[in-house]
Amino acid sequence: MENQTALFQYCLRLADSNLILSHRLSEWCGHGPILEEDIALINIALDFIGHGTALLQYAALVEGKGRSEDDLAYMRNEREYRNALLVEQPNGDYAKTIARQFLFDTFQYHFYQALQNSKDETLAALAAKALKEITYHLRHSSQWVLRMGDGTDESHSRIQTAFDDLWMFTGDLFDMDTTDETLLKQGIAVDLAPVKEKWQTQVSEVLQQATLKIPDQTFMQGGSRDGRHTEHLGYLLAEMQYLPRTYPGAKW
Amino acid sequence: MVELCLSKQLKIIAELPTKESIIKLLSAIPDPEIPVINIFELGVLRNVELINGTCIVTITPTYSGCPAMKLIENQISAALKAEGINEVQIKMVYSPPWTTDWISDEAKEKLRQYGIAPPEKSTMDKGILLGKNKQPACPQCSSINTSMISQFGSTACKALYRCNNCKEPFDYFKCI
Repeated sequence: MENQTALFQYCLRLADSNLILSHRLSEWCGHGPILEEDIALINIALDFIGHGTALLQYAALVEGKGRSEDDLAYMRNEREYRNALLVEQPNGDYAKTIARQFLFDTFQYHFYQALQNSKDETLAALAAKALKEITYHLRHSSQWVLRMGDGTDESHSRIQTAFDDLWMFTGDLFDMDTTDETLLKQGIAVDLAPVKEKWQTQVSEVLQQATLKIPDQTFMQGGSRDGRHTEHLGYLLAEMQYLPRTYPGAKW
Repeated sequence: MVELCLSKQLKIIAELPTKESIIKLLSAIPDPEIPVINIFELGVLRNVELINGTCIVTITPTYSGCPAMKLIENQISAALKAEGINEVQIKMVYSPPWTTDWISDEAKEKLRQYGIAPPEKSTMDKGILLGKNKQPACPQCSSINTSMISQFGSTACKALYRCNNCKEPFDYFKCI
């Protein structure tokens, strides 16, 4: 695979997960269970949109076809999106949102730890910057997992169900393809095998502390690397992309 | 007419901007969210260079998604244009990443007087992950008998606290 194509794909993968999760979290705006949580989730969504924007700008630069970050966000179809399957899953109840967030925050925390040593200076800088913010995200979601898991029967059963339902989408986070191989050789990409080990250890620890069971499901749904998504992404994009597609070139 | 043009030109040459004068000029721009401190003492304005008549201004965001950055960029351009500097390039950098350690002591005192508890010394401690909170002093009554309400406050850079002594809620500028 050509280096430039690989780097472009890699940037899209990172950017899209940030963008899509940011959109999902923004759906909570005005609907949070308590005011502080409403504010917290929107703060976190804002960090993700910041990371997504910077990464899409870099993707556009790497591609070199004169597309902007907005073109990439609003004018690509579902099959061209490279976000992880986990982040496109619907919000569900608050337990499901928190479980999804915790699984992804733990991944991002260890992934960016490694990416900040990338030989690609832009990716390394963005990772170092994002890591500071992600540390706060991870703390927030971990504490809620503990509170719900070790809380009432109702909260315990809800968050256990959430982890059981989402588990099959976690394998996709660690799938590697030719894009990774090409960039690994140059010291740009992150080797996901050690990231997976750290992720498993930390997730197990927190779940155990929260008196929750690690789901024993072994089937893992893959596909995001090739743009094969669950049905939920299409609906999300239809809403997110509506305005610029209906009124091309619209300005504030 | 010729004389007029010439005198105008001379005036411009006489007041040719320098790096220092531009930083001074841009230091008048307040942070849009916390107007008591300016973008220079906050550490958002990183550098000013004058290269071949172009003014290159380097800025860095406090938080990646800070919505104030676009406004700050516009204000920088407007301030420079008002001084007759039209060739402006604004560069956004992410490295080194912004840290609360860059906020000057003077600015921290301004924050406190404004009612925002300034960031405690030294950036990111691992205590964040372990659930150990910083104990900022109440900006109203200086009591350290305070507790955290939420790690996420009114803007990305702040957490929400309450003073157990005077019962006032307050914003804390959290360390990153």
